[in-house]
Amino acid sequence: MKIKLLRVGVASCGVAAGADKVLAKLREKAAGIPVIGVGCLGHCYAEPIVEAVTETGESVFFRDVRDTDEAVENILSLGVENRFTVPEKRKSHELVKVLALAGRVDPTDMDDYIAHGGYEGLKKALALSPEEVVEQVKISGLRGRGGGGFPTGNKWGFLAAKKADEKILICNADEGDPGAFMDRSLMESVPHQVLEGMLIAAYATGATKLFIYCRAEYPMAIKHLKIAIDQIRKAKLDVLNNREVSITIKEGAGAFVCGEETALIASLEGKRGTPRFRPPFPTDSGYMGHPSMINNVETFGNVPLILREGGEAYAKIGTAGSKGTKLFALAGDLANPGLVEVPMGTTIAEIVFEIGGADRDKVKAVQTGGPSGGCIPVELFDTPVDYDSLKALGAIMGSGGMIVIGKDRCMVETARYFLDFTHRESCGKCTFCRIGTTRMFETLERIVAGKGKESDLALLEDLGKKVKAGALCGLGQTAPNPVLATLRYYRHEYEAHVKEHRCPVHQCNALVKLEIDPSKCIKCRLCVKTCPVGAIDGELRIDEKKCTRCNSCFDVCPKKAICRTDIGE
Amino acid sequence: MDSPFSFLEKVSPEPNNLIKGLQLIQSAEGYVSDDAIRAASAHFGVPAAEIEGVLTFYAQFKRVKPGKFKIAVCDGTACHIKGAPQVHEWLRQEIGLVPGETDKDGLFSLETVACLGCCSLAPVMSVNGKVHAKLDRKSLKKILREYAGK
Repeated sequence: MKIKLLRVGVASCGVAAGADKVLAKLREKAAGIPVIGVGCLGHCYAEPIVEAVTETGESVFFRDVRDTDEAVENILSLGVENRFTVPEKRKSHELVKVLALAGRVDPTDMDDYIAHGGYEGLKKALALSPEEVVEQVKISGLRGRGGGGFPTGNKWGFLAAKKADEKILICNADEGDPGAFMDRSLMESVPHQVLEGMLIAAYATGATKLFIYCRAEYPMAIKHLKIAIDQIRKAKLDVLNNREVSITIKEGAGAFVCGEETALIASLEGKRGTPRFRPPFPTDSGYMGHPSMINNVETFGNVPLILREGGEAYAKIGTAGSKGTKLFALAGDLANPGLVEVPMGTTIAEIVFEIGGADRDKVKAVQTGGPSGGCIPVELFDTPVDYDSLKALGAIMGSGGMIVIGKDRCMVETARYFLDFTHRESCGKCTFCRIGTTRMFETLERIVAGKGKESDLALLEDLGKKVKAGALCGLGQTAPNPVLATLRYYRHEYEAHVKEHRCPVHQCNALVKLEIDPSKCIKCRLCVKTCPVGAIDGELRIDEKKCTRCNSCFDVCPKKAICRTDIGE
Repeated sequence: MDSPFSFLEKVSPEPNNLIKGLQLIQSAEGYVSDDAIRAASAHFGVPAAEIEGVLTFYAQFKRVKPGKFKIAVCDGTACHIKGAPQVHEWLRQEIGLVPGETDKDGLFSLETVACLGCCSLAPVMSVNGKVHAKLDRKSLKKILREYAGK
């Protein structure tokens, strides 16, 4: 069988694994066969991934490809080494719609996108009246994918109803949750799909100034979007309602709060990105006072599908209140981290265990929605993923980050980690958020240092409620969630810290010591040599005072003879 | 005009382009100096105090001139667990810097970053973009010595 085309996944995650070198090597060796760089297939754990398409149209995938002669030879001869197939379990739960073209088309080639059905949604939209397009989006039941879950069609309706010379459309690409990369992947892999969604929205609402507010940390996404915008201009797709629309990319400057819509608008205007009181809502008065509408990257990514297949067909997928599919960035303690797309209503267990390959016996919880979300304990993993079910559990859908937390992780420390992030990212405008999250963080620091008091738990709960009530924007209103959720489900871990000054999973350094188990030790002295602070003496005793709990000995011991244990024992 | 910031002329002077202008300054100079603030103030017609406010708001902007070697210690989740706080403590002992500082010879500057994306090699830091992995005290000392000798 002959190969007619080679595709290499060269999105950021692929490049980090060395895919750009593989691409160069393939181009050098694969004489006569076109080698194209494509976006992300979502299987981060198997990167770099190469797809060989044969003349009969069959696809053969290879994983963990190196830039060596042997690896390239293996691919060109369709060898058996490093073959990759999507695990059956994952296949049965996944429904790839928004990401259907990610990893299939060259992100920098507009014709490739069009050859795969791209811009058909825009064409269909232009054949309808703007009101009919808004109606289709309403029928589809699409809700904002940025976290809020507001019905997209209604938002479009508000802007469309405004009479103004200039209306603004903004794509929120300031994906700031640690562990979330859905939007990055979408922009890097299929920039035209996001832009097609924006053009459809501009037609439906009458907006003429389009902005993409993208974090500066996503250089590849920005590059691909810029290329795509140039191609759109050349193809004259930017003329809607007989008016030329402008599309501008604005780079963020590193502030988490700018994901909030009024803060984002302030930042677009060149100011400090602090949120303001609503009303007036941006659709009444937004960027420079013009009626403005903000949708998230993934929301726009869904729009071409709705127009292509019709709102009604789109609404057939999902649950009563949450339609369509959702992207999740799976990370943390699991075998197969990556980007997945599932229909709304899929259970957390299916995502984490079946798709992510996490070990059922080792998982404690999952954190959804990043630092604004909450944790969901493994006992509740049968919960379907939709906006309303997650909210009922004290978590949120958020933008789609899903971090799997193993049984050996301390939930107090996890909460502390998230509060460390949010208290630093608080913009400082609202007192409860600025000072409240700082006090919550300090209290958690105290608890993990073994200096907590029983009254601290009540303090955390009280402060948490007040910060939620006293903050203006989504950052402050959700910042206490990781603390309140862990207090709700893992109160016993907090109690062990404050009552017994013990970390049940032996993670909090201030509450553990390291010990060598003499029955397992073979006296190889690797630990003595490795210890960076000379805390292990010739008799193989660990000096508790010198030891910094850096775990170097723990990691190097060939017999697992070193254990972390309660400090009091 | 002979100003070192004449490249600002490329940006149209509406105040909503202020952040874009400051980003240009930072990528040219590595930081935003008082002189740069004055130049931006004149170009965009925004008071210097307001520009200072914008600069301190966003994590991307630096007001201190970076050292010849820019050390970035990763404090992502994996590195944090694997001892990023210790790496900071060692650096404080070795070169006397805490994050956000540059030493007086202008040799090293130190900052903390959220994630360098090398989680399996934790703890890591980068020096001028080159990643140094699986740090311990010994390897850290050696790395610092090598750069100091350059």
